[in-house]
Amino acid sequence: MSERAPLDLDAIRARLADADGPAYWRGLEELSATDEFRDFLAHEFPENADQWGGDGVNRRRFLQLMSASFALAGLSACTRQPEEKIVPYIDQPEELVPGKPLFFATALSWRGYAVPVLVESHMGRPTKIEGNPQHPAFPAGGTDAFTQASILNLYDPARAQVVSHAGTIASWESLISALAPVLQAQAASGGAGFRILSGATTSPTLAAQMKDLLARFPQARWDRWDAIPRDAVRAGAQAAFGAPVAARYRFDRADAILSLDGDFLAGNPASVRYAADFASGRRIRRDRVKLSRMYAAESSPSLEGAVADHRIALRPGGVGDLARAVASAVGVASGSNAPLSAAAARFAAAAAKDLGAHRGASLVVAGEGQPPEVHALAHRMNHALGNVGATVELTDSVEVDPVPSLDSLRRLVEEMQAGSVELLVVVGGNPVFDAPADLDFRKALAKVRESVRLGFWEDETSEWCRWNVPMTHALETWSDLRAFDGTVTIAQPLIAPLYQGKSVHELVAVLAGSPDRTSHDLVKDYWRSQRPGLDFDAFWKRSIHDGFVAESGLPARNLAPSAAAANAVAAPSAPGGLDLVFRPDPTLWDGEWANNGWMQELPKPLTRLTWDNAALLSPATAARLGLASEDVVALSAGGRSVKAPVLVVPGHPDDVVTAHLGYGRRRVGAVGRGTGFDAYHLRVSAALSGASGATIAKTGAAWPLASTQLHQTMDGRSLVRAASLAKFRENPAFAREAGEDPAKDETLYKPAPLPLPASDPAWGMAIDLNTCIGCAACVVACQAENNSPVVGKEQVIRGREMHWLRIDRYYQGGLENPKTYFEPVLCMHCENAPCEVVCPVGATVHSPEGLNEMIYNRCVGTRYCSNNCPYKVRRFNFLQFADATTPSLKLMRNPNVTVRSRGVMEKCTYCVQRISSVRIESEKRGSPIRDGEIKTACQQACPAGAIVFGNIHDRESAVAAMKAEPLNYGLLTELNTRPRTTYLAKVWNPNPEIGGEA
Amino acid sequence: MTEIPEKTASLSGGPVLEPGHTYRSVTEKISSIALARRTPKEWWIGFGVSFLLMMLLLGAVGHLFMKGIGVWGLNIPVGWGFDITNFVWWVGIGHAGTLISAILLLLRQEWRTSINRFAEAMTLFAVACAGLFPLIHLGRPWVFYFLFPYPDTMRLWPQFRSPLVWDVFAVSTYATVSLLFWFVGLLPDLATLRDRAKRRPAKIVYGILAMGWRGSATHWHRYETAYLLLAGLATPLVVSVHTVVSFDFATSVIPGWHTTIFPPYFVAGAIYSGFAMVLTLSIPLRAFYGLEDFITMRHLENMAKVLIATGLIVAYGYAAELFMAWYGGNPYEQFLVKNRAFGPYWPAYWSLILCNIVAGQLLWFKRIRTRPWVLWGIAIVINVGMWLERYVIIVVSLTRDFMPSIWRSFHGSRWDWATFVGSIGLFLSLLFLFIRFLPVISIAEMRSLVDETEGREE
Amino acid sequence: MQIFHRSTNFLAKLSIFGSLFIAAGLAGAAWEIYQSPWTTQVNVPKEQPVPFSHEHHVRGLGLDCRYCHTSVETSAFAGIPPVKTCMTCHSQIWTNAEMLEPVRASYRNGRSIEWTRVHDLPQFVYFNHSIHVNKGIGCASCHGRVDEMPITWQVNSLYMRWCLSCHRDPKPFLRPRDQIFNMSYAPPADQAALGERLAKEYHLLNTAQMTDCVTCHR
Repeated sequence: MSERAPLDLDAIRARLADADGPAYWRGLEELSATDEFRDFLAHEFPENADQWGGDGVNRRRFLQLMSASFALAGLSACTRQPEEKIVPYIDQPEELVPGKPLFFATALSWRGYAVPVLVESHMGRPTKIEGNPQHPAFPAGGTDAFTQASILNLYDPARAQVVSHAGTIASWESLISALAPVLQAQAASGGAGFRILSGATTSPTLAAQMKDLLARFPQARWDRWDAIPRDAVRAGAQAAFGAPVAARYRFDRADAILSLDGDFLAGNPASVRYAADFASGRRIRRDRVKLSRMYAAESSPSLEGAVADHRIALRPGGVGDLARAVASAVGVASGSNAPLSAAAARFAAAAAKDLGAHRGASLVVAGEGQPPEVHALAHRMNHALGNVGATVELTDSVEVDPVPSLDSLRRLVEEMQAGSVELLVVVGGNPVFDAPADLDFRKALAKVRESVRLGFWEDETSEWCRWNVPMTHALETWSDLRAFDGTVTIAQPLIAPLYQGKSVHELVAVLAGSPDRTSHDLVKDYWRSQRPGLDFDAFWKRSIHDGFVAESGLPARNLAPSAAAANAVAAPSAPGGLDLVFRPDPTLWDGEWANNGWMQELPKPLTRLTWDNAALLSPATAARLGLASEDVVALSAGGRSVKAPVLVVPGHPDDVVTAHLGYGRRRVGAVGRGTGFDAYHLRVSAALSGASGATIAKTGAAWPLASTQLHQTMDGRSLVRAASLAKFRENPAFAREAGEDPAKDETLYKPAPLPLPASDPAWGMAIDLNTCIGCAACVVACQAENNSPVVGKEQVIRGREMHWLRIDRYYQGGLENPKTYFEPVLCMHCENAPCEVVCPVGATVHSPEGLNEMIYNRCVGTRYCSNNCPYKVRRFNFLQFADATTPSLKLMRNPNVTVRSRGVMEKCTYCVQRISSVRIESEKRGSPIRDGEIKTACQQACPAGAIVFGNIHDRESAVAAMKAEPLNYGLLTELNTRPRTTYLAKVWNPNPEIGGEA
Repeated sequence: MTEIPEKTASLSGGPVLEPGHTYRSVTEKISSIALARRTPKEWWIGFGVSFLLMMLLLGAVGHLFMKGIGVWGLNIPVGWGFDITNFVWWVGIGHAGTLISAILLLLRQEWRTSINRFAEAMTLFAVACAGLFPLIHLGRPWVFYFLFPYPDTMRLWPQFRSPLVWDVFAVSTYATVSLLFWFVGLLPDLATLRDRAKRRPAKIVYGILAMGWRGSATHWHRYETAYLLLAGLATPLVVSVHTVVSFDFATSVIPGWHTTIFPPYFVAGAIYSGFAMVLTLSIPLRAFYGLEDFITMRHLENMAKVLIATGLIVAYGYAAELFMAWYGGNPYEQFLVKNRAFGPYWPAYWSLILCNIVAGQLLWFKRIRTRPWVLWGIAIVINVGMWLERYVIIVVSLTRDFMPSIWRSFHGSRWDWATFVGSIGLFLSLLFLFIRFLPVISIAEMRSLVDETEGREE
Repeated sequence: MQIFHRSTNFLAKLSIFGSLFIAAGLAGAAWEIYQSPWTTQVNVPKEQPVPFSHEHHVRGLGLDCRYCHTSVETSAFAGIPPVKTCMTCHSQIWTNAEMLEPVRASYRNGRSIEWTRVHDLPQFVYFNHSIHVNKGIGCASCHGRVDEMPITWQVNSLYMRWCLSCHRDPKPFLRPRDQIFNMSYAPPADQAALGERLAKEYHLLNTAQMTDCVTCHR
């Protein structure tokens, strides 16, 4: 399984053919019955394999179910409770109040940059990660989906757990003693054969450590490789400014934005901030009738395209051509211009005019997938438009001595091939899996005498390194990192390493010959050296408490790009061939998240696909090639080929195939095994972001894809209501008028005990569709907060995913370039809830404060409530979905939320556990609950502030204000459900010169 | 053959008991089935097969309890599939018995006498099957008792606004009354069997069941009164039960469920399927045990006519749904109708139209009505049709309701099918036992018909 | 020919009535079992690794509840004292009492004592001590006269019916804030009036809110 072989679906189907029973399987690993045992030990979600009966009941699963049902029998009063033990501390920590959570500020790492977070800890167990609104770089707080899901990695039983040598269990000490002679030898040669490979980093401490290390080994080298490199960004800046300058964007100041394959809303180290800023430009209110206007040219569907007022889908080269056209229109020398299609030309002209009209308030952003010259061009345009200093801030590079990571890796591999590398230390990453295929890192690795790997997972790379050291999770170690603006966060551990994990600092310390130094010492000493003076302890305490080092951000510099216009015209794509576009996967990124059940099951924002990646094609191209979704094709480029399932995506550029990287892992925990296909197999160093001249051949096989949304249009129903800015000005209440809203008393039943006197709260929520960017952070946040289980691929195919909050994605308009709408749908907490009247046992009832409650221990599971819910937001535990066995996962659970068992209905509760704890506090202090004191998990995670929750009785509350907006409307109000969750209708800001959406 | 005294000239001509029968012959003929020393091989085969199917049910339910509802094909949005479909189907079938016994009795329709007994038995067994599903369809069947109003340590009661609670009462009442009705009706015959039985065990068992019936004038007098009262009691139930069942859907908000026509339409459908089932069973029965004299062409014809009538009501129901969708102008309703007829489930819809409406019309022809086996075929087709009707109402409505984003389809898993087929096995097993050990036709009441054939012996 | 003796008629009648009585009897028995200490554990002293006597510590030495149950006023969980708390005194007195060996052992080898839970609510009940003591419910109201218990037991069934009896009408149980931890507090004659007054003073939630399901179940 180590050989980089493409996912062989034919073999699988063959296997299936002789396997009896219908062809449903939990994953490829089930078919290739390798180390099943490990699978079982390491299960995120229960085995549902044999619900189809064909394959025998496995004993563990049986016990699991029985134990669960016994547990339940326990709940139903007729048995007496088993005796429980209660175990006190020996010596209780000062700050700890038993039963109350503590919050600590620290930082996770994303592509080497800091993600400042607040972590909730229950009795020493980190259980939930939130953004840190104190942090200057992220004043709005909020997180992305990865940050939310990171807590699951911490407790993942499939983590690398022990130090091993050549496959046998070893110890940290044995590694140290084994390395000593090797290092001695290297010291002699000045480290000529000593190489370190890691990803980009911003850690000042690590930088200092490496500096020190390289001083000891002058011949040694620190190479860098990121599977999703930011080389083009760096090279672009280099080309424009002669230095790897970093650019920060201020979307909140931009009125006209041009995105060239932009990817600033997701995956970028600053995405959370950018999303907030972008949202502030899209937030339309009675007293602020103003919208920024966004143009997106893209070679693969993205969030930027989805939220853009004008979007054009182009071949990858086409984006560059369009950029040049715009550039010359705004007065930037852009070299030879390739001819544009009529549409593109109109688009470019309009965009250029708009940008020009908003000098100093416009913004041109190029995506990491675009070549350096496009980035350079973007810089020049921003400069020409007077945006530098306004919407663009230029700073020195935040990364520690940035190097072009492809060159760096290529050079390293050459040396490895030549056998001149004697000691290779691989920190994190997974080069064996994700290095460019033509370099064949694995073969090269075999030629290295001694290799040490510090890795979080047991992955393809650790398999081929002689020494393997488990890496600590960010919440297990001290460290320091810079956010995208340079602000440093000193990261503190919340829990001792669950396994034998070591941090990068400790490993480097060993290499530097001081093996006994802990991360804490290393980081603290570094900062002591930086802050000489008596106030160090105060500084240290404050920095750790606040979660950032005050005034450590990098100052903006005023730079002008060189006028040099070396803009090679993009290579014309081979006739007939397809352009292949590589993108990091929206939920698995570069593959590091392959074993994270939450990310695997998180529907990808645009495709709504879970548990797989696919070859994305436009409807026209698919039709031309005679392909349909789920067809397995042989996707070939540059003489390499993989088998991949097709997924047809409206709005995808024609003659382009998008392949998301990161799937098709072969050495990964049970969760990630057998999901998707390996696009890295096609990615060569010559074409990191995409290749032209790709071909597709139908194999005749089919591969089921698990999408959570099978119908893409609203079918003429006014679920998402939208209008152009002009239309909105004509009739601000267009949304409300699009549906009817019966009077409160139009019901046969006597109205619920509502409303309470205005002194009591009435909970409600409003969601602003203008600011929602569909990033799905809320979905994972909800899952983390409410202990929602992961159900697995075929359960999703069966239609049994358990997300309490789903983001509906609707298309409107033609297949070539439809408008995309995101609509988060959760329980509406209807005042006349249809679910409540039909429950025979009163397991779902209405609270006086307007919550629609779900009482698990009363539920008998008739599913009548779900049938009668017009929004279909209820979720049913068809099987024992919640993992009742894996110990580490028990640690992760939110102690204030019941872990639901098989056979009960569940749904969004408006995070009632948060409401109750805040209410209790307010009752104790004797003052009413303040507006914003209660934040639901989704609201707290939303980077764009699109979700607002609060007391609608309180006229002053944010939610009341939103509900008073003319754009406010409820879903399906004609059914007289009187939903407490309402929406602010979408308003587009189209450019009249292009027209389009009206 | 002699002309019919006009007092029995009911629905159609033809005798309700072929001439030439005497009290003895009637008694002999019927009781011999129950008292025969050796059981016919065919019975063993029939019973064996249905017993195996019943075991299949046992296995399926066991598997279900072990693993959970997930073994079925259900999902969100389709929370009810085969389970409730079967429930409604069986309850429907359970209507004919009481209708025949109670209402026809009150209407003094003598042609009912020879078919009422096993129609009632069939009702009981059908209701037994029906009762099974609301129980096993629960996510947590072990707390089914939450549905009953009992004093508990939580001070909690069922939620009486929920139609499911109404179901609990409606169905259990119906089951109880039908059981009493059937048993009371059996008393005289049980006594007969007791007296005619040769072996002592049989004597004792029948004796206990007969509860000391001696056929005295008082007994007969009380019996008649009680029977009549029970009939009166059962009559409203025939209408109420399926009305209540239809509320499960009518009171919801789901397009295709939320319809005021459901109560009458469901009751008619129930009687339709009920009579179809009576025919399905009686035709082979009379053929095998040679009961043509007791279950005469006239019975079959009359039942066929009832089928035409109720079938037309059902057809009217379908028409009304289409009309309301068009006339009501509710976009969701309109979509629903389109979706039923032309959506992914069109085959189910059109075959139900075929089975329930088109097939029924053949019964207008006397030539068809009087050919038992043709009649039998049609009856079976109607049974299938009625199952499909419920499937279309329940499942197809759920697959696509209000929000396209969560539209999904449903397909029964192998466990769905096993449970369904198994329940038929349960039904048949019970029926076979009944046929073997109890008089399939009311001996006492048949005797009362004897005189009309002027075959009375001096 | 007669199979049954006349007397069987009597048996028949008897069996009809009999069955009724049997049914009633079973129901009654079930009810009794629910109420019985065997299920509720009421008044059943629990075996403990160390026979800790609240009677001695509270009544005898006059320790306040909060000396050990530190978080009762601030947290959902009243708190079980860390061994260190025991050692604050027992490092000085009874330093070699056989009875206290487990405590010392635990302190030495850092392995916690495993106490047996006395008041154990089902997992789906979310009870919060702090709000109750802050709203005038005394310890003794639920835990009984712990100060008279040589070994701790439970005095109330902790059944939902029992919780509701107070949540539906808390007034009879309300105390002045300064009496919460007073074990021997006896409600005054005019508790009715006092309850009224305190209910206002504490501004308790209305009954609808206090008997709302999610008040205790999530």
